[in-house]
Amino acid sequence: MNNLLRGNTGDWEIVIGIEVHAQIISNSKLFSGSSTSFGADHNTQVSFVDAGMPGMLPVINSVCVEQAIKTGLGLNAKINNFSIFDRKNYFYPDLPQGYQISQFEQPIVGNGMITIDLDDGESKNIGIERLHLEQDAGKSLHDQHPSYSFVDLNRSGVALMEIVSMPDMRSPEEAQAYVKKLRNIMKYLQTCDGNMEEGSLRADINVSVRKPGDDLGTRCEIKNVNSIKFIGQAIDYEAKRQINLIEKGDLIEQQTRLFDPKKGQTRSMRSKEDSHDYRYFPDPDLLPLTFTNEFVDEIKKTLPELPDIRKKRFIDDYDLSSYDSNILVSEKETADYFEAAAENSNPKLVCNWVIGELFSVLNKINKTIEDCPIKAEDLGELINLIDNETITGRIAKDVFEIMLNTGESPVSIVDANNMKQVNDLNEIESVIDKIIEKNPDQVNALSEKPNLIGWFVGQVMKETQGKANPKTVNEILGKKLLKKG
Amino acid sequence: MSVDKDNVVKIAKLSKISFKDDEIEKFQEDLNQIIDWVDQLSEVNTETVSPTFSSFDNDKGMKKREDIINDGNYREDITVNAPNSEEGFFLVPKVID
Amino acid sequence: MKKLTELCLYDAREGLLNKDFTSKELVLDHIAVMESSRSLNAFITETPEIAIKSAENSDSRLNKGTNRDLEGIPIGVKDMFCTKGVLTTASSKMLSNFIPPYESTVTNNLWNEGAILLGKLNNDEFAMGSSNETSFYGPVINPWKGNNNEQNLVPGGSSGGSSASVAANISLGALGTDTGGSIRQPASFTGTVGLKPTYGRCSRWGIIAFASSLDQAGPITRNVRDNAILLKNMCSHDPKDTTSSSKKIPNFEESIGNSVKGLKVGIPNEFFQEGMSNEIIDIWDKGKEWLKKSGAEIIDISLPNTKYALPCYYIIAPAEASSNLARYDGVRFGHSVNSSDINEMYRATRSEGFGDEVKRRIMIGTYVLSSGYYDAYYLKAQKVRSLITEDYNKVFNSVDVILTPSTPNSAFGLNEKSDDPLSMYLNDIFTVPVNLAGLPAISVPAGLDSNGLPLGLQLIGKPFEEETIYSFAKVIEDSANFKNIENQWWVQ
Repeated sequence: MNNLLRGNTGDWEIVIGIEVHAQIISNSKLFSGSSTSFGADHNTQVSFVDAGMPGMLPVINSVCVEQAIKTGLGLNAKINNFSIFDRKNYFYPDLPQGYQISQFEQPIVGNGMITIDLDDGESKNIGIERLHLEQDAGKSLHDQHPSYSFVDLNRSGVALMEIVSMPDMRSPEEAQAYVKKLRNIMKYLQTCDGNMEEGSLRADINVSVRKPGDDLGTRCEIKNVNSIKFIGQAIDYEAKRQINLIEKGDLIEQQTRLFDPKKGQTRSMRSKEDSHDYRYFPDPDLLPLTFTNEFVDEIKKTLPELPDIRKKRFIDDYDLSSYDSNILVSEKETADYFEAAAENSNPKLVCNWVIGELFSVLNKINKTIEDCPIKAEDLGELINLIDNETITGRIAKDVFEIMLNTGESPVSIVDANNMKQVNDLNEIESVIDKIIEKNPDQVNALSEKPNLIGWFVGQVMKETQGKANPKTVNEILGKKLLKKG
Repeated sequence: MSVDKDNVVKIAKLSKISFKDDEIEKFQEDLNQIIDWVDQLSEVNTETVSPTFSSFDNDKGMKKREDIINDGNYREDITVNAPNSEEGFFLVPKVID
Repeated sequence: MKKLTELCLYDAREGLLNKDFTSKELVLDHIAVMESSRSLNAFITETPEIAIKSAENSDSRLNKGTNRDLEGIPIGVKDMFCTKGVLTTASSKMLSNFIPPYESTVTNNLWNEGAILLGKLNNDEFAMGSSNETSFYGPVINPWKGNNNEQNLVPGGSSGGSSASVAANISLGALGTDTGGSIRQPASFTGTVGLKPTYGRCSRWGIIAFASSLDQAGPITRNVRDNAILLKNMCSHDPKDTTSSSKKIPNFEESIGNSVKGLKVGIPNEFFQEGMSNEIIDIWDKGKEWLKKSGAEIIDISLPNTKYALPCYYIIAPAEASSNLARYDGVRFGHSVNSSDINEMYRATRSEGFGDEVKRRIMIGTYVLSSGYYDAYYLKAQKVRSLITEDYNKVFNSVDVILTPSTPNSAFGLNEKSDDPLSMYLNDIFTVPVNLAGLPAISVPAGLDSNGLPLGLQLIGKPFEEETIYSFAKVIEDSANFKNIENQWWVQ
């Protein structure tokens, strides 16, 4: 795949590395006992520890450690049995302690790798440099008052995993696929809910450009991009901006930028007055984080099936295509839905219905598969009705429509509306005979236009309200009309 | 002088402390005296020594909390000492990124 | 009968149990002395109402027989401990209006055992100092004066209010904190007993942090037994402090009077300082003699990295402090200066709120952590710290306790060293290594110098072996037969 961007001076290659901040799924915060739930009244989910009050001390949440290890295992990464919590020192209103507890030189997870799946069916490995644990900051609201910002510390101290990729991506699409895959893996692991709207997953994107084969260019970091779509737009804009600058003869200044979704542009952050010097040092309130190999092995045993393995199983067990399997597993909920529907049904048909009918309907009514009005078991039942020739495919679409609106089971819909397929040869034959009798002109024209046979099928279906077994209709029509020609 | 004036200004900036010019000189003097004195550590051979992370020695490793919610929900106590607060928020001069 | 304020903690407790007097009587006498001793400036906040109310409650418990270990005993608390609903300042302008909505674990433990808060004691600002002169609330005056000399002396620091209040019989005991000697040096300067427990023995939760890896709470009392009684009631395993030990807490008082016969006392030759006064050497020799007479074996030992302890400390402590004090930004509590610009607000708040010594330490700490200097200073110091700890570990394979002077000199005059930070820092030369290694150590009054001022001896023990220290300390106490100050010149 050619990812190069065309400039005035030739082709350019984009080099992308991503730091994802993923909020860990846990009841309480990384170093305190206050709640992490989203949307609570401001400054209520705040303990004295989270507010950085004098004399307060951090105590680490064991589940957050396990979640980080779990995620590390899901990224095929090295788990470090000895890691250190450091303080990252800087002043900011939403950082109550005046430092963030993070991990600097010795993170809990080291090198790893994930495989991303691209739209053309290709896949590519993206290296993971590290994963470390850290505290989230609070939130400043700027629109409450003309001269003050309002600080809410509910998020202060919530556990984050910062996952740093290698600079292995070369296009906006790869970057998007990477974040999607990462999010999907964490959703499978239930270590992060991946909700970008609520800020549970944010991406800082490092972008630089170079002529193919050259050394790495100067990079700019685009902070806190919070949707997959924006990731694509931000990289696209930023790469072109850099190319323009270089081609004009300017130098790229290493800086932190923000993406403005309304303008579709990145802009330099109002530069912080200090040169960054975070003065990292081991947090003296905490000890090194240590655990045994056995502890990691125990966690390994609890890992669920991850998307890559699941995809392979879909191909092997359900005989699905690689392309279809990929679509199904790319959202855990879709794959779960599919498997629930296919459990007592024809997997290939289920797959077609999920990817076709279901996706387009959900798209139309703007719902996700999680709040799909049709239960997976019911969809499986509907497909069984088609498969065992209880209803026709055409009727199935009507049943599906009713299911969507009423939530009733397909069997009761079919019964109540008398929608069963007509398989009786005599009954179909007599309908056909009547139609032939009434339409001598069409019968005669058949020898000239054999395609007219379709018109006869339509007439039969109309007469039987779509319930006639289409195979039988075709057979009888063929026998009665085509042999005359 | 191992710490020059620019350095003192930079450190003051990082520390969010401002000094008047004559104060800067005094601090620079003190700082240099102290830094020159602590410099004697450089004569110790520490090539094979690992740093101390804590003088607290726990053979069971770092103590951990269970993941339960047992704190928070006392906004009044959190904001009662705040010099400037409104409706349960802390107020700070407007910050724009 | 003695005045109730002349009783030691142990005797006061006995008196209460025997119903010789009530807790209210005991507390009222102490309040009276507290008020008449204001010229010492030992207290920042007096809490007579709380004390009287608590005393009434204690009396009712004593009557009902539901009394607890420290029932009805009035004590003073260094203003580094957060006390719920009571102003807690760290002796800084920065916290001059801070009323914590929470109680420190150590003080909470004491109140749960019936102890009574008399008031909050003055100290060096954020516990940074060795003379109590850096306090925003002014210096504390040492009750002791030199022979035929009216000059006011410092009580030592940073727990200067604690040591002075105990020496002046204002409280039966006081809480201090010790980061580099802040309990032992003032104890030595005031003829009181001060113990810094093993790091992790007392919870740090709710104590305003100076240097987290070194800070430890401890008691200052008029004798060794009182010290053991107070310590027992301060300790607990605190799930809110990662560095709080879950080791069993012994009844320290039981070790008082235990024989030291056959135990080994190490004398580190590196503690002989060039230019060390003969008086210090004499008192040290006396200490050896006393212990030898009690059957202990005196052994010369070597702690080769001792001379690096002080510079090591003056890198690590300021580094941690620079970060610990970043939370004082004028947003959530404490002093605050209004400005339309956030950075200007930070700078104005912190420049006004912190005194010079605190600023100096923040600056040093920021410097040694800053990029380009971290390896040479902070990391180097933490490596040297490992060597120092290693020295002690090795030595403790062959000795049970180490005996040294507590300080290189007796109490000095007010303003004598306040303009020279380095000479002030040198006062902690014997106490600092103990904090770096996390060990327990006590200062026990051993005698007076030629000027009539108290001198203390320091006993350093193995981790979590405070009991051994107390046994030895009691021997020194008995042998020294030290008498507390008699001329209460400061009483108005």
